[in-house]
Amino acid sequence: MSTISLHDTHNHDSHDDHGHHKETFLTKYVFSQDHKMIAKQFLITGIIMAVIAMGLSILFRIQLAWPDKSFPLLETFLGKWAEGGRIKPDFYLALVTIHGTIMVFFVLTAGLSGTFSNLLIPLQIGARDMASPFLNMLSYWFFFTACVIMMSSFFIQTGPASAGWTVYPPLSALPTAISGSGLGMTLWLISMVLFVASSLMGGINYVSTILNMRTKGMDLWKMPLTIWAFFLTAVLGILSFPVLVAGVVLLVFDRSFGTSFYLSDIVMGTQVLPNEGGSPILWQHLFWFLGHPEVYIVIMPAMGLSSEIMSVNSRKPIFGYHAMIYSLIGITILSFIVWGHHMFVTGMNPLLGGVFMITTLIIAVPSAVKTFNWLATLWRGNIRFTPAMLFAIGMVSFFISGGLTGIFLGNASLDINLHDTYFVIAHFHLVMGSAAIFGMLAGVYHYFPKMFGRLMNSKLGYLHFWITFICAYLVFFPLHFLGLDGVPRRYYAFTEFEFMQKWVTVNILVTWSAIIAALAQVAFLFNFFYSIFKGKVSSQNPWGANTLEWTTPVERLHGNWPGEIPTVYRWPYDYSKPGAEEDFIPQTVPFSQTMSSNMPHDFEGNAEAERIQREWEEKEEAAGRTKLD
Amino acid sequence: MSLRKLISNKTIAALAVIVTAFANTSAFAQAAAATAEKPVDMGPVYKTATFYVLAFLLVCLFVAIVGKALKVYELTREAQDKPKGINWDAINGGLFALFLIVGLYGVYWEYTVHGNMILPEAASEHGKKIDQMFNITLILTTIVFIVTHILLFAFAYFYKHSGKRKAYYYPHNNTIERIWTIIPALVLTVLVLMGFLTWRSIFYKVEDPNNKPISIEITSSQFAWAIRYAGADGVVGLKNYKLITSDNALGIDFKDKKTLDDQLAEVMVIPVNKPVRLILTSKDVIHSFYMPHFRVQLNTVPGMTSYFEFTPTITTEEMKAKTNDPKFKYLFLCNKICGDGHYKMQREVKVVSQAEYDAWVAELPTYLTDDLRKQFNLPVASAPASEPAATAPADTAAKDTSAVKTNQIALKK
Repeated sequence: MSTISLHDTHNHDSHDDHGHHKETFLTKYVFSQDHKMIAKQFLITGIIMAVIAMGLSILFRIQLAWPDKSFPLLETFLGKWAEGGRIKPDFYLALVTIHGTIMVFFVLTAGLSGTFSNLLIPLQIGARDMASPFLNMLSYWFFFTACVIMMSSFFIQTGPASAGWTVYPPLSALPTAISGSGLGMTLWLISMVLFVASSLMGGINYVSTILNMRTKGMDLWKMPLTIWAFFLTAVLGILSFPVLVAGVVLLVFDRSFGTSFYLSDIVMGTQVLPNEGGSPILWQHLFWFLGHPEVYIVIMPAMGLSSEIMSVNSRKPIFGYHAMIYSLIGITILSFIVWGHHMFVTGMNPLLGGVFMITTLIIAVPSAVKTFNWLATLWRGNIRFTPAMLFAIGMVSFFISGGLTGIFLGNASLDINLHDTYFVIAHFHLVMGSAAIFGMLAGVYHYFPKMFGRLMNSKLGYLHFWITFICAYLVFFPLHFLGLDGVPRRYYAFTEFEFMQKWVTVNILVTWSAIIAALAQVAFLFNFFYSIFKGKVSSQNPWGANTLEWTTPVERLHGNWPGEIPTVYRWPYDYSKPGAEEDFIPQTVPFSQTMSSNMPHDFEGNAEAERIQREWEEKEEAAGRTKLD
Repeated sequence: MSLRKLISNKTIAALAVIVTAFANTSAFAQAAAATAEKPVDMGPVYKTATFYVLAFLLVCLFVAIVGKALKVYELTREAQDKPKGINWDAINGGLFALFLIVGLYGVYWEYTVHGNMILPEAASEHGKKIDQMFNITLILTTIVFIVTHILLFAFAYFYKHSGKRKAYYYPHNNTIERIWTIIPALVLTVLVLMGFLTWRSIFYKVEDPNNKPISIEITSSQFAWAIRYAGADGVVGLKNYKLITSDNALGIDFKDKKTLDDQLAEVMVIPVNKPVRLILTSKDVIHSFYMPHFRVQLNTVPGMTSYFEFTPTITTEEMKAKTNDPKFKYLFLCNKICGDGHYKMQREVKVVSQAEYDAWVAELPTYLTDDLRKQFNLPVASAPASEPAATAPADTAAKDTSAVKTNQIALKK
């Protein structure tokens, strides 16, 4: 530990000597190697991508609600993709594909993990910066390039990839099958490779920073739950993302070099393709080997952030800190052996289906433990409803709702009829589209002062929360029933089937709710960008939190702490401890300064400390007695 | 703070006025220009768009004014040294309580209104088991859903911030944690066991020698279905994708005698209470064969044959009576994204009595037409019904070998 801190100090000194006065716009705001700046870059790029993806979703929601109506304005903006003011079927599929890709990868992976891992890991474990700041910078710029390439596919003749965000071959492999599988799909694949590279660089950095650069006293069991969540998320990413790259490379080979990894026995019209011996199911195995851990990559940081925020704002320690960590670890391990539940009805061996059903339903246990622990954290708390807290509570609500519908889908027998219907859409939009987004928004409101030194307006935050919370339920709750009626996802219009027509009115409700929810985000965007420049200046520890990041100055120095890195003495959740003067005790306060509130278990069996505490208590008691006398 | 600054900033107000004025004039200008040549009159369109934009700006302005008023109110309270004007914790806590009550009613409404619009009861044997399990899962999850949400929002309401109270320091309780790990684990074990047994009963069928399934082969392609019946021999003959031509769209291998009596149908007609064995194949991309009313779904994958066996239990006529819908139709559709015609792929399914089925299937034309016979140098005159050697319904062995053969051919090519 000492060598590391020496090394850090050295870095910091040398930076002071040469760095500050030479910092240009380019090195400070563009090619920055400071983790806080990179976090902001990730966040703002993520927000922009989220707005784009939300816009795409509104477009296809309009198509679903008013399939027979013409919107000439759409043609003005979209040209030939909305000829006559109506979105075309292939462009509709492109919209859902790119919406999904952006949301899952660019917003909820890079925007969430990238932002908060970068911001909080060094700040909460007490490090000057990431283990490798340069790799960190590269990670952002790979991500940025991936975003640009993905968006560029909207400007090509054949349109963006349109085989769904899971891009199952042969549809994604054959340009003759759908126009989006031409150049658009190539761009999708390139973008995805760059994205995975970015993710890996980030992930390796997060893991090595957490394992090697914790400050003195910060052992693993004193880390905030956010750090645990980011750590396990990064481990998941490192182990699963490379599999996607392998899959993607094989798909590139199939598409461009005539191999047959995924293709076999295919006839387009009457043209017999030469591919033999491949299996489309192979792609699904490779994709979901990443894809399922991916959904936990999306939700775990949101869980970590919510846990932290709920503890701080309930003024109460998180209930069952160890259980929370073990359940995160459980989720991490189990998430690698459940991918087959996406493939129950692919025709893979039914024996596998049975096995994957068992593992899938087991994963509900650690999720249930987390939920109950959150509820116990709120119980008898003293809850301050900051906007962050509202979003954290919303996250728990969505996680419960979405998690419970997962029990239906994880059951192979029930999945036969629910697979690929709107029930699935409703399920994963509750857990990813709502719970994870709410976790992310909670994080933004909570850590805004750490990013920009200012506070966001809380009243606009309330407005943002309530409209979004209500509308998200209005959007996704009714969709379950479409699924129970057997309405498939990715249908361009419900007009071709008589039994679906009764759902068009529901679609209108859903679309209007989605539009209102989207407009509510204007309140957030305004609040966010306005507060960057004009928000109320924050104090050093605006929420009265225990964790290390609030011991750094408001000015957000390069190197984080002006002097020595603080030492950590206690766990991060000593809120409202009986006997303490304030309702929070930062991690940097040693037990010797809080004799009146120390508890036996604080000393973790350290006999010497326990003796000192006992002596102090006896002395206090004696003093009390003399006073009484 | 931010809102006050925003409003006090007169330029914003001015800007709003300018935007309004500009939008109106431009709308009129556009209206004039558009009528001149464009086929679509964009004038009203722009006007409508402008209207909505302005309406939204008005809402924003309203929000800003309310924000400003709140700020002024709070500042005056502060100036008069009175306690903080608005207790936002109480408001948000109250809103959570309100949300809980309205939300519970909303859930009830959804369950009763939209819940009545869902699929009718399962029309197949295994579907009944699935529905039963669905109901059990639904009851369990609804209980958990309601209880946890009542706790969540009630805690939010009752434990909202108060200066007088201190939160209860309660970091852990191993007994409680053990309880709420074990109970979900037990409940899930039950669900897993039920699901596992049902799953096995669906996919590992023990064949009843007295009630042998009829075989129907489904071939999906962009964006159509082909339904092939086995014919009198009860065996669906071999096919090979390399033989596909515009005339022989399924690539039937006529060297296999079992193909000669195979029949192509437009509608899938199946007899009630008789097992149906579906042979699912795809010609181009992955599709998914989905019969929602029968709780049947399996993807059709190019290069791979998959099977699903089910027994329909309710005829179309009975279902019409049950659903009280004279237009009721069973159908199957595509449930895996397969291209821009994905949303149109459907075929009707009719469940009829055995007698009706026998009559219908006898009328069904064979796949092998006279044109094809000429093309493949097969005798034209032969009556298709008398052709096959095996007249009785095929036994299991014959069917299985046919399946194996398809695979072997696929490997050999």
